[in-house]
Amino acid sequence: MGEPGRPAVVHLPRSLVALFPGCPRRVEATGATVREVIADLDRRVPGLANRVLDSGPGLRRHLNMFVAGEPAGLDTPVPQGADVYVIPAVSGG
Amino acid sequence: MEPGTNALLAASGSPWWGAAVWRSEDLGETWSHSSEGLTYGDDGPRITTVWNVTATRDAIYAGVEPAGLFRSTDRGRTWAHVEGLTAHPSRPEWGPGAGGLILHTIVPHPTDPDRMWVGISAVGVFGTQDGGATWATRNRGVRADFHPEKYPEFGQCVHKLVMAADGAETLYQQNHCGVYRSTDGGVAWDEITDGLPTQFGFVVTAHPRDPKTVWTIPLTEPEAGRLMPDASAAVWRTNDGGDTWIRSGDDLPQVDAHIGVLREAMAVDRLDPVGVYFGTSTGRVCASADEGRTWARIADNLPPIWSVEALVVG
Repeated sequence: MGEPGRPAVVHLPRSLVALFPGCPRRVEATGATVREVIADLDRRVPGLANRVLDSGPGLRRHLNMFVAGEPAGLDTPVPQGADVYVIPAVSGG
Repeated sequence: MEPGTNALLAASGSPWWGAAVWRSEDLGETWSHSSEGLTYGDDGPRITTVWNVTATRDAIYAGVEPAGLFRSTDRGRTWAHVEGLTAHPSRPEWGPGAGGLILHTIVPHPTDPDRMWVGISAVGVFGTQDGGATWATRNRGVRADFHPEKYPEFGQCVHKLVMAADGAETLYQQNHCGVYRSTDGGVAWDEITDGLPTQFGFVVTAHPRDPKTVWTIPLTEPEAGRLMPDASAAVWRTNDGGDTWIRSGDDLPQVDAHIGVLREAMAVDRLDPVGVYFGTSTGRVCASADEGRTWARIADNLPPIWSVEALVVG
């Protein structure tokens, strides 16, 4: 659990930031849920949501997300200041 | 390539990051990408891959898996579904071929923006005359050996479709079951496989100025590997619209050449004489500067090659 009042820190994989020149590996984003954090990320890095989300919408098949160390879905709450990880799944390779 | 701007366009589908259309305005130094609107909606099937992207002067079109057509009128930034095609009454009966249910070929009319043809594996060719609002099957005379009915209205496995340079209505297609020519915009097709070593293959490429010159690369049937016959590399061309075929390739590997060539992996330039290029499943690119008579290797040790395009720069 992060400190109150702070945005989440989203950790992005190298293969994803490679698609967005200049995008850092760690991006701060706000939102009460993973869905909202991704929407905020997309405002900071336009187009990023489409790479992470499939129609449905849902997380893409070969992608996992973790919030504060626990597996997360789009509706998972994101505590303020939490670490959010986007990690390509081993199933993809 | 986008007419007018020379922007490069690339179709993609990543298992991790999904389908998108990529665009480079500096000959590939930097790329942007978008899939905004490239969706059948949250309740529809998920789009896995963009198989083809084709630009006209008015719009860019993307063919996707599962089969459907999308159009962008803002240079690839956003996309809209061309619903008329997937609204065709045959849609519930479309089934996937070995490569999936894929719309892999888009042939715009050279002057009339309302006219276009598309090819879908194991479904066939469709044409529109009203800008994509309605579509009609264009498969008459094309065999479907794997179908209980040899000449169904649809279900043919088109592999590649090209328009000849006469500005009229001549189309050629390499099909799972032969090579075909149409002189009436695909309404009726004549088989022109005679003279080729096999009926199967993926590529077919048309001469940029001579409507009777076409190149193809026959391959063995799927059960035999989709490879160049007799493990001997060859490109075949016709100079008479498919009535007769000429083999070339004595300067390509002629022994133990277990190689295939995929659907998009052949291209021509617009020079005179025309340069012809193909890429292999083994990561080699070969080129001919004399319209396919003699060949030379120009790149090697690449990944399996999915697509080759030729662009004259400078």
